[in-house]
This record gives sequence, structure tokens and C-alpha cells, in this order.
Amino acid sequence: MRVARLLTGAVLAVALTSCGAADGSEDAAEGPSGTLTVFAAASLTDVFTELGDRLEQDNPGLDIRFNFAGSSALATQIVQGAPADLFASANPQQMAVVTDAGLEAGEPVVFTENVLEIAVPAGNPGGVTGLADFADPDLVLSVCAAAVPCGAAAAEVFEAAGITPVPDTEEEDVRAGLTKVQLGEVDAALVYASDVRSAGPDVEGIPFPEAEQAINEYPLCVLEDAPNPAAAQAFADLVLSDEGRAALADAGFRPSS
Amino acid sequence: MSRPGAGRVPLPLAVPAALAVAFLVLPLVGLLVRAPWSSLGEQLTAPGVGQALRLSLLSATAATAVSLVLGVPLAWVLARSRIRGRTVLRALVTVPLVLPPVVGGVALFLVLGRQGIVGSWLEDAFGITVPFTTAAVVVAQTFVAMPFLVVSVEGALRAADARFEDVAATLGADRWTTFRRVTLPLVAPGVAAGAVLCWARALGEFGATITFAGNFPGTTQTMPTAVYLALQSEPEAAVVLSLVLLAVSLATLLLLRDRWLGRATP
Repeated sequence: MRVARLLTGAVLAVALTSCGAADGSEDAAEGPSGTLTVFAAASLTDVFTELGDRLEQDNPGLDIRFNFAGSSALATQIVQGAPADLFASANPQQMAVVTDAGLEAGEPVVFTENVLEIAVPAGNPGGVTGLADFADPDLVLSVCAAAVPCGAAAAEVFEAAGITPVPDTEEEDVRAGLTKVQLGEVDAALVYASDVRSAGPDVEGIPFPEAEQAINEYPLCVLEDAPNPAAAQAFADLVLSDEGRAALADAGFRPSS
Repeated sequence: MSRPGAGRVPLPLAVPAALAVAFLVLPLVGLLVRAPWSSLGEQLTAPGVGQALRLSLLSATAATAVSLVLGVPLAWVLARSRIRGRTVLRALVTVPLVLPPVVGGVALFLVLGRQGIVGSWLEDAFGITVPFTTAAVVVAQTFVAMPFLVVSVEGALRAADARFEDVAATLGADRWTTFRRVTLPLVAPGVAAGAVLCWARALGEFGATITFAGNFPGTTQTMPTAVYLALQSEPEAAVVLSLVLLAVSLATLLLLRDRWLGRATP
């Protein structure tokens, strides 16, 4: 870990020096530059990549690297010393893993929300209409495992609705469930609304009222040991700006209340 | 007979070898050091651990059995037959060795899934669906592990003295009898070694299994899947599960090595 951090530092130093040498010191002082490492929940893959591209275009000296994975895996990596600048979690619990270790540079901010939706293959071959279908043993069904955020949310909506689900598989992350819908191997999967939006024409979404029982809040924070705190703050500002909110809304997320 | 200095390891070999040992063994030591020994009993009797272990042992053994029945004949074809395109065939059947297992899982969907080439026919004709069943676990493990057996047995066949087979042929044995009575006993240690490798690979299989068979306690949740999921919420439990898997595979490998593979070292 230390080697990686040193390397990042070295890359940063080289980037800063070369930038200063080429454009004079004014530009380097103005915008963020160097390498920015963002650890973000898998569900943010599309929208964060897009926002990152925009920030890179506005700041030619900036190179953003993303590590998209399940929030719990990311939290573990950060606590184990992974050199990250910014962490965006799909739920407050995994953010708490990081803040409990005292690794945040400031109070985490909730920047968006996500609700569960039923994803079915195009044409809805299983004839799924609502959450109650997850108790139908004849359908092939996928939910997230209870250990990951979407599974915790699923457990909440099932409990609120008084439904005992009979899934055929408990997925290790939300995108794995979505993949099985895209392949047509399950009749329905419980995923996030944003995942349905990102999947394109192969997947149809069925919203359901019980989803309001488990609204997932997404917090982000700049990390205490961030090798590039200025760039991390610039990215956080962009996500929280009107532009960032619009991009999140386009991707199927809801504004945070 | 012994030369002076025989058995001494030259320094240019000793240093990297020692580093290799440290690299391979230290992570295991880490597991042992960090294991929550005080709550071990409690963690081990947690619901699902025994279930996942049982399923892992059963499915890995079944995958090894299937690999033996299909893989040994394939190894013979690769080593002994003169069919054309043998080199291409060998490359094709060893692809799972280099294929990321998750990709293997998706590929299995495309063949045996509900929409798959064979899978849709199976469902229409017999009402059989493979994914998300214990059979799917065995299929995924076999897909990933069988090439280890094939490569190992093929190597043993090539190293075996073919003159014994020639003699059997001159004494009037047909090729099947020769295979059964001469070749197979000759390469038995190689087959055993291949089977052990295959079993160990199947036991540790994660990517193809979780993709193609999914994860459901009791039917498709194996030890590696249980470890991965435990890591998401209770890292201590993951360490305990890993220790169990480690103990089981070490015990099995040692046992088999003494019984069948002892001949490898004089």
C-alpha cells in the first residue's frame, strides 16, 4: 500500500512539474491537476464516468481513475489503506465503516438517492407485475444477498410488504443480478432504478410502491489521506452542482431530499 | 555414490526459492494469526457453514468424477491418436485454463441457459433447466477444472513407455484392451495427480460458479461464495470459513499424496 501511495505521489509530482514547465505556473494553480482516484459504488459507474470525463476536459492536467465495485468491498479496501481521494458509497452503513476508522476529511454529504425497481427481460416473459411475484416459486428470481446494500434494501421492502420471497439466487452485487436479466436467465431481479436505466433496451423496469420503504442514500466524502485533496474537492463540487444533479437524474437517480 | 556437496542448494537458487516460500506461505500465516480463535467454535457452528462445506465437497468430488470419465479418454486422444487438428483441439480444450472464470460462467449461460443453444432445447424437450441448481455448480466446476486433469494425464501418457503398448498389441490385444490393461495402470499416478489438481481447482472455484449457478444457501452456495459474501459484512467470519477450506484441502492433499503420489519423490 505504501509503495502504491508513493507511486501515486511520484506521478502527481511529475504531473505537477511537467504541467508547470509547459504552461507556466498560473494554470497549475487555477484548476485541479494530477491524478485523482475515486472509489465509487458500482451503481455510479456510468454517471461518474461521464462527470469525470467532463472534469478532465475542463482541466487538461487532470487524470481521473475510478475504482467501481460493491460499496462494502470499497470500504474494506479504503480501511486496508488503498490510496483513494474520494469515496462515494451506495449506503450510509458502508460510509460508516470508513468514518468509524476516522479516515474522512470532512462530514460525508448525501448527494443522491436510489430506489429499488423490478428488472425484467424485454417483453417480460415471466409476466411479472409487482413485488408479490417474488413469492412465486415457478418464476426464476434473483435478489441481492443480504450482505450487500441492495440486499439490505430488498429485505426491508419485503418485510414492509409482508412478502416472503423465494429467490433462486442471492447475488453478490446488484450488477450481477442485472446481467442475469439481460441474458434472459431470470424472470425478474430486484435492482436499483438507475441500473434499469443503464441496461438499455434489453431490460424493462417495473416500479413498485413498496420501494419507498427503503430509499438508499448515497453519501460521499473526501478522504483524510487523499493524495490529491484539491482535485477530490473539485469532483465532489461537480457531483453536488446543478450539472451533477442533472446527470444523476438522467441516470435514473433521485435528488436527495 | 554421493558427490561432495550433493544436496546443497546453490545460493542463486536458494535465495529466490526462500522468497517464493515466504510469498506463498506468509498469507496463510496471516490468516492463522488474524483468525478469531476465541469465537472460532461459535463461527464454525453458524448456520450455513456446514451446508456450504458439504456442498463444496460434494460438488468438487462430482466434478472430479465427471472430469475423470470424460477427461482421461480425451487425454488419450490428445496423446496417442493420429487424428488431424490435434494441436488445435488441445488448444481449444485448455482454453478454460486461461479464460477468466466469470466469462466461463457467461459462456455456460449461452449454451446451457434458458436461452442457450442446448439449454432451450433441454427445457422444451424435457423440462430441464440447469442454471441455479446444484447440477449447475458441478457443470461450472467441471468446465474450469477438467483441463487440469487432461493436461496432467496427457503429460503422463507422453512420458509413459509406449513399447509396453506395442508389446500388448503384438500379443493380440486390441487398442481398448491395451488401454484398459496396460496404459491405464501405467499412468495411474499421473491420473491420480491430475484428479487431485482437478478436485482442488473445483473446490476453490468461484467466478464461473457464482455466475452460472448463482448463490443460494443449501443448493448453490459453496465455500468460496460464502467466503466472498462474508467478507462484505463480517470479515472475521470470512477468515474462519477460509481456514476451514484450507484445513480440508491440506488434509486431503496430504492424505492423497501419501497414498498415491508418494512415488513422485524417491
